Amino acid sequence: MKPPPVVYHGPDTLEEAVRLLAEHGAEAKVLAGGQSLVPMLNMRLTAPRRLVDVNRLDELAYVRSDRHGVRVGALARHADVERATHAFETVPLLRQAVRTVAHPTIRNRGTTVGSLVHADPAGEMPAVLALLDGEVLLRSERDGERTVAAADFFVGPMESACREDEVAVEAYFPRPAGRTGTDWRELSRRSGDYALCGVGTLVRVDDAGAVVAARAAYIAMGSVPQVVDLTEAAADGDWSAAAESAADQLDPEDDIHASAEYRRHLARVLTARSLKASYEAVAP
Amino acid sequence: MTEQLHQVTLTVNGVTRRGAVPARRLLADFLRRDLALTGTHLGCEHGVCGACTVLLDGVPVRSCLLFAVSADGHEVTTVEGCCQTSGDLGPVQQAFLECHGLQCGFCTPGFITTITAYLEENPKPTEEEAREAIGGNLCRCTGYQNIVAAVLRAAELKREREAPHA
Ligand SMILES: Cc1cc2nc3c(=O)[nH]c(=O)nc-3n(C[C@H](O)[C@H](O)[C@H](O)COP(=O)(O)OP(=O)(O)OC[C@H]3O[C@@H](n4cnc5c(N)ncnc54)[C@H](O)[C@@H]3O)c2cc1C
Ligand code: FES
Ligand code: FES
Repeated sequence: MKPPPVVYHGPDTLEEAVRLLAEHGAEAKVLAGGQSLVPMLNMRLTAPRRLVDVNRLDELAYVRSDRHGVRVGALARHADVERATHAFETVPLLRQAVRTVAHPTIRNRGTTVGSLVHADPAGEMPAVLALLDGEVLLRSERDGERTVAAADFFVGPMESACREDEVAVEAYFPRPAGRTGTDWRELSRRSGDYALCGVGTLVRVDDAGAVVAARAAYIAMGSVPQVVDLTEAAADGDWSAAAESAADQLDPEDDIHASAEYRRHLARVLTARSLKASYEAVAP
Repeated sequence: MTEQLHQVTLTVNGVTRRGAVPARRLLADFLRRDLALTGTHLGCEHGVCGACTVLLDGVPVRSCLLFAVSADGHEVTTVEGCCQTSGDLGPVQQAFLECHGLQCGFCTPGFITTITAYLEENPKPTEEEAREAIGGNLCRCTGYQNIVAAVLRAAELKREREAPHA
């Protein structure tokens, strides 16, 4: 189908975008990569009166890294995040996960920040932000800038803390402390499809190789990314036992793609493999 | 509601093209309706099938998920632009012909554009990589085997044509 009529705004600066949203927020939607919004417009699942297209805000097309972490601007495409070598070296999980977001053609256009705001429970990047305790920088005319931690940012399925008068300006993915390995894996029916279950893990070890921290974040296993602390369960390196404990803490739902029981099974299998891979990436 | 029209100027297959479009005009429809470039096909209109793939500043994107007004000022290459400057078939088109990479042809424009851009990035793909490269395009006829063969053949043709002594 074709999208419904809409009034278009194509601001050249962030100031202008923020001002437009202050004026029209209630009836406007930000248009970033359009890889989630335009399908919904085409299917007429949504019909905002106005679109504020942020694709001319070149100032936000950046991926920057320093030793503390990676900052991803609102106009950085998934493909930019995937390609940035410095980002991979600083936070390997970014590339590990973003490669499994859709197909290359979708990643050429879709933005990482857009996928955070979109907050699809099956989206990879929300779980990455949650696993790393990252944050999102928001800007509005009313409040200026505010930063929302991942734990507060994902409110429900397709619902984030970004208000209708706000532009999400940047996402911050901190580099995990110490000697930490990460891994991402998921199962989908065809490569590039949304996953039936996906998991990111991080495992921190001390110099002797003992596990001092372990965490997992899941997609498609609840209405928001599910983060589970597995430090205790994984302390002696029994990945299967840790995975069992993780699966017990998850409460997935049945849907047309998979039953809850199958999803839990996938979580068990993927978690054990993922923890092992994270561990082996940094074990002495 | 009378819809406001936006003036847009795009470079399509190397030619400057202008138009006046409502905000909701998809790039695919701009190409097909306004410019009569009907090579770009629309299958699903929600990003899944890949038939509508065009190159935006050289990079493959779904033209069903992009508004013409957002593409204002940019360069677009469609399947019609994937030929040689002489008008003869480009290497990817030639390879599809040789390898029987198409049957009904509905999906073909999206494959041609995607593969054309891909071979710029990876001029010598393995069979595995060729399969991966077309992972975002659906074909209901061929079973893909001949398309994978066409990717490999296109890479060969492209290398031959670009070889300095050729
Ligand atoms: C075929 C297909 C397969 C896909 N598969 C996957 C997948 O496996 N995993 C996955 O995670 N995603 C997948 N996606 C979605 C893709 O990752 C999108 O790019 C992403 O979800 C949204 O980013 P966008 O820039 O395209 O945002 P848009 O579609 O432009 O916007 C999405 C929503 O976020 C809001 N928004 C966007 N940016 C901002 C901002 N800066 N400030 C305020 N609000 C903003 C918009 O108003 C809108 O509500 C797929 C998409 C397609 C078409
Ligand atoms: S028509 Fe655009 S992807 Fe199917
Ligand atoms: S040739 Fe018919 S869909 Fe591909």
